[in-house]
Amino acid sequence: MKLDRPDDRGRFGEYGGRFAPETLMPALDELERAFEKAWGDESFVNRYKELLNTYVGRPTPQHLAPRLSEQLGVTVLLKREDLAHTGAHKINNAIGQGMLVQVMGKRRLIAETGAGQHGVATATAAAYFGLECAIYMGEKDIERQRLNVYRMHLLGAEVIPVTSGAGTLKDATNEAMREWVRSVEYTHYTIGSVVGPHPFPWIVREFQKVIGEESIAQLGEVRPDVVVACVGGGSNAAGIFYPYLDTGADLVGVEAGGLGIDTGKHGASIGAGSPGVLHGSRTYMLQDADGQVIEAHSVSAGLDYPGVGPEHSYFADRGMARYESVTDEEALDAVDLLAKTEGIIPAIESAHAIAWVARERVALAGKTVLINLSGRGDKDVEQIARIRGMA
Amino acid sequence: MGADLLRDLFARARSESRTAFLPFMTAGLPTPDESLSVFASIEGADAFEVGIPYSDPLMDGPTIQAAGQAALKAGTTLKRGLSIASEVGKTTGKPVIIMTYANVVFQVTPMRFAAMAADAGASAVIIADLPIDEAAPIQAAVEAAGLGMVLFVAPTTDERRISDIVAANPVFIYGVAELGVTGERTAASGHAAGLAKRVRAASDVPLVMGVGISTPEQAAAMRPYADGVIVGSALVRPVLEAPTIEDARRDVAAISRKIADALR
Repeated sequence: MKLDRPDDRGRFGEYGGRFAPETLMPALDELERAFEKAWGDESFVNRYKELLNTYVGRPTPQHLAPRLSEQLGVTVLLKREDLAHTGAHKINNAIGQGMLVQVMGKRRLIAETGAGQHGVATATAAAYFGLECAIYMGEKDIERQRLNVYRMHLLGAEVIPVTSGAGTLKDATNEAMREWVRSVEYTHYTIGSVVGPHPFPWIVREFQKVIGEESIAQLGEVRPDVVVACVGGGSNAAGIFYPYLDTGADLVGVEAGGLGIDTGKHGASIGAGSPGVLHGSRTYMLQDADGQVIEAHSVSAGLDYPGVGPEHSYFADRGMARYESVTDEEALDAVDLLAKTEGIIPAIESAHAIAWVARERVALAGKTVLINLSGRGDKDVEQIARIRGMA
Repeated sequence: MGADLLRDLFARARSESRTAFLPFMTAGLPTPDESLSVFASIEGADAFEVGIPYSDPLMDGPTIQAAGQAALKAGTTLKRGLSIASEVGKTTGKPVIIMTYANVVFQVTPMRFAAMAADAGASAVIIADLPIDEAAPIQAAVEAAGLGMVLFVAPTTDERRISDIVAANPVFIYGVAELGVTGERTAASGHAAGLAKRVRAASDVPLVMGVGISTPEQAAAMRPYADGVIVGSALVRPVLEAPTIEDARRDVAAISRKIADALR
C-alpha cells in the first residue's frame, strides 16, 4: 500500500526511523514540524511551484525518443530532468529545502554530494536565498566530477574534501552529519536523497514527486507500461515512482551493478544487500556479518552508495517496485547509445536506466517504457574520455 | 554483577563526593593481541568504556574514527572485541561498558548482542546513534540480560525529551558536554553546567559527562556537576601516534594518571 507519509515513528513499514545522535533529535523534530506546516500551507506550496516554474524551468519536457525506440523495438519516452536548472532533478529538492530553511531561520546550508549534482543544486539554492554553504564531497568524487567542483566554487560554496573511507558518497554523508552535529544551532543539513533519519526521506520524496505528477499530466491518456529510473539513494526514482504507483505501471529501479554483482564491487543495496541501519534509517544496505558497512563501487559517483532510501526498501519487500542492476560497462555503452540516437548525453547515473531498457529490449518489445532521465552528462565527459581512451 | 556494579560505583562515588573516571578505549587497538595491554596501562579508572569499532561512526571525530579503522583493519570482530572487554573486566575487576553503533547490534539482533555482552561480563551498553525514540527493543534486550542501558542528553535536548529519557530509567545518562562529535577541544565546555542543571531538575539518575573532555583541567571542571567523566580521544590518540606499543602504554598511563588525579 502506498503511504502518503511515514508513520509517527518515521517508518515506511519496518524501514526508516530516526537512528541519529541525540544532539540532532530536536533539529529533526523542528524540521518535521516546519515541513508539515509549510507543506500544508497554500502560500508556501504556491511559492514553491512558482519557483519551480520561473527559476528551475519546470515543467521539464517529456517526449518520445524516436530513433532509440526504433533501434530497440520499444516505445521509449524520456522525462527530461536533465533540462532542469543545474542539469538534474536535484534542484527540485534543494529549492524546497532552501525555502524551509528560510522558514526555520537558519543561516547556513550543508550537504553531501557524490556526483556533484546535489552539491551544485544546494550551492545554487544557497546563492538564490543568500545563505552560507559548505558541501562535503569525497576526494575520489572530487577527482572524477571535477567540473561540478568548479561549479560549486563559482556559486560561492565551500567544497570540503572528505578523505575517510573510500572517499565517496557514504563518507561525504558521514562527514556532513558530523558537521551538522557540531553546527546544528544555525545550520540546516540539506540531504540530497530520500535517505537519512526521518523526516528527510519523506521531505525529499515530497519535493521530488513533482517529476511523476508532471509526467502523468503531460501524457494525457497515454500510460506507460513500465517506468524506469536509476537508484543510488533513490530520489529521482522516488519522485517518479510515487505518483505512478496508482497507475498500474511496472516500476523498475536500476541499481549500480558495478563490475558485476558476483565480484562484490557494486552498489546494489536492494539486489545484493540486507536490512540494517545506515545514515540514520533502517533500510537495505551492503554490510558484512558483523554489521560493518561494505564499500560500494560504481563508475557513477551518484550511485556509488551502499544504502538506499527506506521507502524503496518498503516498495521492494512488497513488490510495489522491483530493483534490477546493470554493470558499469553497460551504463557507459548506454551513454553512447542515447548520445548517438537522440543527441542527448545523459549522466552516467541516468544511463543505468537506459542500459536496463536496452538489455531487456526483447522482453519489453512493443511496450511503452518511460525513462526518468535524471541528469545530464556534461559532468561525466572528462571521466568517460579517460575511461574510453579519448582523452 | 551487570548493571549493579555500575550502580554501586556511582553510589560509592557520591558518598565520597567524588567524580568517577570512565576512560574510553577502542577494542583491538593497535591490534587485537596488543589491545589488553593498552587497557591495562590506563591508570585510575573506575570503569572502562570499551569501544567495539564500527565502519561508519557518525558520532566520532577523526581520532576515534582512525582508531576504529585501524582496529578493524587489524582484524577486530565483534566477538574479538567482546572477548577483549571480558579480559579487561576480569583483569581489573572494574565495570565494563560496551560502546558501539546500532547496526552492529541489529545485525546480530539485540537479543543475541545482549547475551554476548552479558557473557563478556559487561555492565552496560552505550549505542551512539540510538536516541530514546528508537531505544526500546535494544534496551529491553539489554536489561533482560541484566545489563544497564545508557541514554544520552545533549545540550540541544529539551525538557520534554529529558523527562522521557529519565522515565526510561537508564543506568546513567551520558551528558554530551559539547555540540559536535567526539574529539579534543582547546576550550572548556560552555554547555555542561546548564545541561547538568536541567537533568538534575528532572532526576537524580547518575550523570556522566563526555565529548570534548581531554585535559585534566576540563575533567576537573566537571566535578561540580557530574557523577563521572568520560575521556576518549585524548587516550586513543597516543596509541595511534606512538612509535611502539611501549611508548603508547607509557603515554596512556601518564595522561590517564593526570586525569584521574584531577578528579580526586
